[in-house]
Amino acid sequence: MEPFSYTKVADTPAALAAGQRGGRYIAGGTTLVDLMRETVERPTTLVDIAGLPLRDITTTPGGGLRLGALVRMADAAADPKVRSAFPVISEALELSASAQLRNMATLGGNIMQRTRCTYFRDVTANCNKRNPGSGCAALEGINRSHAILGASDSCVATHPSDAAVAFTALDATVRLLGPAGEREVPFRDFLLQPGATPDREHAIQPGELITAVEIPPHPRPLRSGYLKVRDRQSYEFALTSAAVALNIQGGVIRTARVAAGGVGTVPWRLPAVEERLVGRRPSDDLWAQAASVAADGARPLEHNAFKVELVKRTVERQLRIVGGTK
Amino acid sequence: MSIDPQAPDSPPDELGSEVSRRSFMAAGALGGAAVVAGPALVGDGPVAVADDTGSQVSLVINGERRTVTVDNRTSLLDLLREHLGLTGTKKGCDAGACGACTVLVDGRRVNGCLTLAVRLEGAEVTTIEGLAPGEDRLHPLQQAFIDEDAFQCGYCTPGQIMSGVGCIREGHTGSREEIREWMSGNICRCGCYVKIVNAVEQAARVK
Repeated sequence: MEPFSYTKVADTPAALAAGQRGGRYIAGGTTLVDLMRETVERPTTLVDIAGLPLRDITTTPGGGLRLGALVRMADAAADPKVRSAFPVISEALELSASAQLRNMATLGGNIMQRTRCTYFRDVTANCNKRNPGSGCAALEGINRSHAILGASDSCVATHPSDAAVAFTALDATVRLLGPAGEREVPFRDFLLQPGATPDREHAIQPGELITAVEIPPHPRPLRSGYLKVRDRQSYEFALTSAAVALNIQGGVIRTARVAAGGVGTVPWRLPAVEERLVGRRPSDDLWAQAASVAADGARPLEHNAFKVELVKRTVERQLRIVGGTK
Repeated sequence: MSIDPQAPDSPPDELGSEVSRRSFMAAGALGGAAVVAGPALVGDGPVAVADDTGSQVSLVINGERRTVTVDNRTSLLDLLREHLGLTGTKKGCDAGACGACTVLVDGRRVNGCLTLAVRLEGAEVTTIEGLAPGEDRLHPLQQAFIDEDAFQCGYCTPGQIMSGVGCIREGHTGSREEIREWMSGNICRCGCYVKIVNAVEQAARVK
């Protein structure tokens, strides 16, 4: 780990001022400290924002939720408002990491967390995300865990967050605070696909601070849930995952929100699956038919072609779990 | 990734070298079975730090206030082991992947290896050394680990016990499946999982 100076800020103006001077924000620290130890991250100044008043979960008009950026993953998952309105968020959070890490990590940090690509974490390997222009060792390397969707010739790393998959499905927005004031960015525009600049991962500007993630109101009743498929049963990142939220009234699917994790360079919304669901009646055939297009556009690598079939089955199973078979 | 359990990230201060092989072995052999204090080291003397890359921090560890000056890079795990001689807390992966370093901070179980000590101003830390209610009485979960024979080499045991205490406090002991899921952040290479679940189950009933 490289030496760094440390400052703890008491309010958001102080945080923004320190951020503008090039300070790096630290909240839960579970990703940042780990990557600093590997010297993947080498901040010279850490700005501790853990004391900022961004820990509330509030209901918004119409039945949405505002989740403060510094709410711990464990607290968000256990919150009765989250559990009753959007089980998909609670389930995604509780299927992430370990109880210890969920006690530390915050929601803002969770969506900012960096890829688990082993070549990104290995400072001796070529990686365009860590060292732009150096190449991508994963393209010709061991790429079993890598992306089949949204990749480029520069980077094939997946985004590791489960909660971000739920947020993507639910049309969440990210609230950002900067020197010019507050702005909102739709979640689908917040996380960036790699293209030719995989080192640019978020639509956040230097010194900007995430203040909250907002979930808009959804038509009720809303059934939702998260399924995660991985190499071991717990405490592991997703090979594939599916976040599903359905509004079913009178036996007909009125709205459908579906996103997949573990397969894309960003959480992967599946509008083609959703289109096949809306206006139809739940049935096993419908789930299979809709999920059959979940991997459309996939470009598998040498070791991850299994994800093409696996993500379809993951989506199909989760549609059945959430939507039932009647 | 550093895999050498003896290699701290930060240079230990002059006290660190006094952590002997003997105390290391004693802590490992006893597992969570007894109150294992390190050598009588007092880390309260300020250590000179050359520039702004070090800080003074005051926190309560096992009921005792400690004021220490640390390199900002120092993890809570290294503060405990290398600076304060509290070697009951173990370093396994040093990357948040094994749970051997689990301690309670303000009552919540966390990974000591990913916690920067400098951030703990005013915090209350409980380690395996501070868990037992007295010299001659073990915490119910420590006793349960002995009763259930829930360890072999013992290296992961302090972390398992601290995590189990958190698991019980959080109320995630409704079934063996629930305990397994909520204890998954602690890896046991000896494979004592069945008995670890037994021990957590037993201690949860005591409450």
